[in-house]
Parts: sequence; C-alpha cells; structure tokens
Amino acid sequence: MPNAENTTAPKGLWARFNAMPLDSAPRTITVAVALCLVCSMIVSGAAVMLKPQQEINKTLDKKTNILKVAGLYTDGVDVEKAFSAFEPRLVDVAAGKFSNAADPETYDQQAAAKDPARSIALVNDPASIKRQAKLASVYLLRDDADQIERIILPIHGYGLWSTLYGFIALNADGNEIYGLRFYSHGETPGLGAEVDNPKWMAQWPGKLVYGEDGSVDIGVDKAVPAGIDGSKYHIDAIAGATLTSRGVDNLVKFWMGDQGFKTFLDNLKKGEA
Amino acid sequence: MAGKDFSMLKDPLVDNNPITLQVLGICSALAVTSSLKVALVMAIAVTLVTAFSNFFISLLRNQIPSSIRIIVQMVIIASLVILVDQVLKAYLYEISKTLSVFVGLIITNCIVMGRAEAYAMKNPPIPSFLDGVGNGLGYSLILLLVGVVRELFGSGSLFGVQVLETVNNGGWYVPNGLLLLPPSAFFVIGLLIWGFRTWKPAQVEKREYKIMESEGAH
Repeated sequence: MPNAENTTAPKGLWARFNAMPLDSAPRTITVAVALCLVCSMIVSGAAVMLKPQQEINKTLDKKTNILKVAGLYTDGVDVEKAFSAFEPRLVDVAAGKFSNAADPETYDQQAAAKDPARSIALVNDPASIKRQAKLASVYLLRDDADQIERIILPIHGYGLWSTLYGFIALNADGNEIYGLRFYSHGETPGLGAEVDNPKWMAQWPGKLVYGEDGSVDIGVDKAVPAGIDGSKYHIDAIAGATLTSRGVDNLVKFWMGDQGFKTFLDNLKKGEA
Repeated sequence: MAGKDFSMLKDPLVDNNPITLQVLGICSALAVTSSLKVALVMAIAVTLVTAFSNFFISLLRNQIPSSIRIIVQMVIIASLVILVDQVLKAYLYEISKTLSVFVGLIITNCIVMGRAEAYAMKNPPIPSFLDGVGNGLGYSLILLLVGVVRELFGSGSLFGVQVLETVNNGGWYVPNGLLLLPPSAFFVIGLLIWGFRTWKPAQVEKREYKIMESEGAH
C-alpha cells in the first residue's frame, strides 16, 4: 500500500506546495508574500505596543531639559513632580498674547512649524528656520505668591550642520537671562558641540537681552562690539566654532526680537498678555 | 560537541574576527565608538540581530527560493532591526537619540548579511545561532576596544565617568578632539589590525603579486 511519501499526486494544499520545485514562480511568490505578512505583523505590532512608552520618554526628555534650563534639575530628581511647578502656556507669537487655541500639554511646536495652516513662512529669516509656528509653547514658573518668577521660552535655529533646539530662561523682568541650553543639535564634537559645555553656558546667566532703548543688544561675538557694555550684553563666541556661534547669535536675536517673543515680553511686563 | 560550540563562540573573537580579519562592518564601527555607553548598546544590538537573523534564516533555509534569498534575508534582518530600534526608543531613549540612524543601519551591516549568506543558509538553526552570537561578540570586542581609546583620550572619561580631568572643566588633560571625530576610528582599527596580525602572523594575507626584482646594472 503506497504511503504519503511516494504517491505521485500529493493531496492537500501543503503537500502540493511542498512538492513544487523550490524555485518555481508560484512557490517563490507564496514564500515572499507569507514572509512579508509575518514580518509586517511583528513590526507593526511592536510599534503599536511600544508607542505609549516612547511618547512618555519624549515628553520626559523635554521636561528634563526645561528643568535643566530653569536650574531646577539635579541628578535623580523626580522629573514629573518637579515639572508640575511649571505652568505650560501657549503664546500667539505675532500678537504677543497668551492663546487658548490648543492644549498646551499636547501641543507640538515642531510639528506645527511644518504645517502650513499653523505656521507662517518667513521672509526675513536670520535663524534659517524657514517656517515659524504661530503658537509657541512657553513655560512659566511661579513663586509662592503666584507671581511669575521665571519665563522659559523655546528657541531654535541653524548652526553649522544642524538645527539647534533649546530653551532660554528669563527672570521675571523679561530681560535678565537666567540660563540658555540646547537639548538637541548635531554640531561638530569638540568644536560647535561646545555649546553644551557648562563653562560656556555659564556666561549666559545675569546677562541682559534688551538695551535701554528696547533693542536686542545681547550677542555672541568674538570681541565686544563697539558701544556695547560687555559685562551686560556680550557672550564670548566659542573658539574654533565661528559658524555655530554665529548661528546661536542669529537665533537668539531672532527669537528675542520683533518676530520672536519681544511683543509677548512687553505685553507680559505691562500685564496685558 | 560542547567543545565545538565553545570554539564557535570563541573563534570570531580573535582568530576569525569579523572586523579585523574579515574587515566587515567598519562603517558603523566608525560612527558609534566615540563613547563607550553607545558602543556597548550598539554591540548588544548587533549581536542580538546577528544571532536571531541567523537563527530564523537557518530555520527557513529549506523554504527560501534561491532567486529571492537575499531579499528574504534582508526582510528578516530589517524586521529584527526595527524591533530593536523600537525597543531602544521605548526603554533607552537617551542612547537611542545618540545612536539615531545607526541602529537602522545595522540592516546594511555586512556582518549580519555575511553570516546569513555564508553560514545560516547552509547550517541548522542552533549552530547558526551560536555563529551569530560569536560574530556579534567579535564585533563587540573591537567596538569596545575602539570605544575605550576614543572616549578615554577624546573626552577623558570611561562610560561617562571622568577619569582624566579635562582642561575645560579645570583639570590638566587636553582632550584630543580628533578622537571624537569618525576618521579617528580608522586609525584605531588600523592599529588594532596591525596588532592582531603581529600577534597571529597566520592572519596576514598572502601577497597577490610581488614587485619584480630589477635586473639592472648591479
């Protein structure tokens, strides 16, 4: 009696499939389709399952950076708890007023900057960012008496190789700098990447943004420019990183200027924001 | 059998190292070795991918039509790499930011494809898995050696712990900036290959041609 192995006409789908030569077209296509299906299920399954954890990481990373620039970060601090001291708000950059057009907890300024409906194309664009989101995420730190103690503003602009993303923290007067820090950039290690050097960043606290006449006087330069009080408005450029320093200079001037947060800071001072 | 399994793990470390002998996977070794922490995560990622891609490809080796075998290998490798990338983003966010594109580039790492094509297509799953682990470890060894040199002399630290206090932070050590840039890994790997071949002269390749002796007027 012949068994399954030596019958010439195999029965069933699997047996017939197995009997096909390995390189025959139907078999090749079946293998390819099956493999693609299995792999895509595994990949998309993993992506969907891990998504919540990844989102948590992203916001945690951003919050950590805000804490760092505000000087509230120490190793091992509970980021969520420390961050709850901040009040996230949205600012309509052009109008210089707080806006309730979106939820500040979930607003993504980088995504908005890419969306034509929620951003404007820049004509005068010294920071080389091409599009600017209409709304910006700012963070307010209030003291015990509910007065604004520090204002954290997002800034970004092009350096030598990459866009630098960071925050600048101002004191309640909207003029004195509390700190500046970049959380994402791709500048040359050892040269442009020295924007992360604590010694260089230590130059920023205590400097002023606006001169007596309200113009943006703060600048990153190799030497103190004429007519500028170096102790108040001058940040020494990074040695060996002329273009990165120039990029930082441009982006700080842009975001502190009329196209940036100047209107908002003026309004805030007058209590009209 | 146990001795053979062990030698499968040990051989790729020195005697048949994928980087120094086979000179594969150099590109990622240049990019991710400026700090040890990143190099270690990359090494683990490549070892896992090589081991499991070898395993699955070997499992399927009798079903893979030879006309599309490279594509099949790529699909399996790519799926594993995406899996690793997603896990890193979920649980090691800081490091995944530094590794960024290089995790994705494991797909094109010649060691992974090389082992799949040269070993896993012809051998059963368990030896293929061990072969993958062994080659991954060989890659890891070189990555970590290069990482030690680059991080120690480039930033004065090991695993982020300051060993040599740098001038910028008020110490005495002037860091060698070149070591933080990718080309320096070429020099370090080159020196390693030289060292390995001096230690094990059998690894020196035969000359493909010899310069002819001149028959001049001596």
